[in-house]
Amino acid sequence: MFEDWISFGYLLSAVLFVFGLKKLGHPRTAPRGNQYGMMGMSVAVITTVVDMHFLPGGIVGWTIIGSGILIGSLIGYIMAVKVEMTGMPEMVALFNGFGGAASALVALSETWKWIETTTPEPGLETTVTVVAAGLSALVGWMTLTGSLLAMYKLKGGIEVFGKWIRTPTWGPAWLNPVKGSLFISVLVLIMLSIDDPTNTNYLWAIIGMSCVLGIILVLPIGGADMPVVVSLLNSLSGIAAAFTGFIINNSVLIVAGSLVGASGLILTVIMCKAMNRQLFDVLFKSFGGGERQELTRTKVGSDADEVAMMADGAQKIIIVPGYGMAVSQCQHQVKEFADLVAEKFDTEVKYAIHPVAGRMPGHMNVLLAEANVPYEQLIEMDEINSEFPECDMAIVIGANDTCNPAARTGEGPLAGMPIIDADQARTVVIIKRSLSVGYAGVDNDLFYEDKTMMLFGDGKKMMNELNAAIKEL
Amino acid sequence: MTPELLIGAITLFVLSIFLGVELITKVPAMLHTPLMSGANAISGISVVGALLGANVAYDGGQTLVSGILAFIALVLAMINVVGGFAVTNRMLNMIAGKKRGD
Repeated sequence: MFEDWISFGYLLSAVLFVFGLKKLGHPRTAPRGNQYGMMGMSVAVITTVVDMHFLPGGIVGWTIIGSGILIGSLIGYIMAVKVEMTGMPEMVALFNGFGGAASALVALSETWKWIETTTPEPGLETTVTVVAAGLSALVGWMTLTGSLLAMYKLKGGIEVFGKWIRTPTWGPAWLNPVKGSLFISVLVLIMLSIDDPTNTNYLWAIIGMSCVLGIILVLPIGGADMPVVVSLLNSLSGIAAAFTGFIINNSVLIVAGSLVGASGLILTVIMCKAMNRQLFDVLFKSFGGGERQELTRTKVGSDADEVAMMADGAQKIIIVPGYGMAVSQCQHQVKEFADLVAEKFDTEVKYAIHPVAGRMPGHMNVLLAEANVPYEQLIEMDEINSEFPECDMAIVIGANDTCNPAARTGEGPLAGMPIIDADQARTVVIIKRSLSVGYAGVDNDLFYEDKTMMLFGDGKKMMNELNAAIKEL
Repeated sequence: MTPELLIGAITLFVLSIFLGVELITKVPAMLHTPLMSGANAISGISVVGALLGANVAYDGGQTLVSGILAFIALVLAMINVVGGFAVTNRMLNMIAGKKRGD
């Protein structure tokens, strides 16, 4: 009697996921949203364990199940706690790959058991199982390889025997038809295996081709678009879970999987809009990392004392943080600088946050919040751009593409991307290791303007020098 | 699998997709990453399938392969779930938590 009502647990879990996702979209309720997600997942797991208890035979693999949960939780928790804030995007990509792989492995495990223990008869059952298993494999394995490559692209490279190998970005035009034909081939293989479900050759071919598909889908995409790709892969891992739900006929897998699949896709589109890009262009038109402009101009660097003197007397300073701040972990020094000038020169300090500054949306918010920068000082691009003309000094820390005036010209890889109008400020200070191009591979005119002062060096080192110079004034 | 069950499953699938589309409307940029990471943790729901698959009696090795596959899936899904929620929590504590505190 009791076991007939167990599915209510899955319903409760699905409702919690819906509320969780809804609340995650608003700043005030986001932490609560995450808690709802956790509760939903706990309810789903507990329901499953109770459900298995009532199955004929009950739970026979306590040790296997217990150790699997324990090992996975421990690894996941340690990874999540140990990761540096700068490494967060890579971590999300990696977890996402694991999620896709888990769905694909469950599908494979079920198919394997089904082939070994039953003799499949042609009919609805066979068709549904084969199609769902095939689609789950396609999406799941693609998510795994795509996410792993995305992770190494976010890292910028991989260390093999002490040698640093840059992750390549490579995507000739003929690769698009290859993607298309691989995709269609997988679908054809799934169709073929409906008639011959025990033929494992089809299975291996589907898995292999899906893995390749994931790699060549991500390979041509430039680093600046990587957040969009990770978001898309996240959507795919949800879809994979939903397909797996069809195989084992489990409602919570179908509901939660398709919720994540759909909301993930919407989030992907929103992220594209923030960068003024089309999802189609991101996926099928190679961007960034391709040709890098040769530098033909030079600029004499300034020093910290000079900048400190300029800062003295500035009424308003806007700090424009970028990936360089994340890499050098100098958010605390930036905060110290802001406190110093506010105290000594009575300067108003604000931060201009580009929606895609860093390697993930919200990257800068996370870092600056870590350094206890008051939330009200972080202003989004659209709101702060009108303030630059009346701003005495803009300090750009390790940002390049997000304040490159080339984006306004309507030509080149950056065309149309909204930028921070740092060039409108009276003085522009740029802290950067060299004049080298950013992710999009475009030279930045802003560096060479007369009002621009370049502080060449690591963000943390230069900020420390600057703070010391201000204290001495 | 009966046609009724299949139609029920497809109904769930389609309606959930519509619900997912409606759930996310306007999200401030700073929440893009936490939202992605939180949704990613939820996609680890295949842990349910992995649990069901790992619960097999290993009689004569007939289901050994599928059991091992399910066990690997269980570990990966748990990493995804626990790691995903923990990472999201860390990020949100830094973004949204500060805002409430001030």
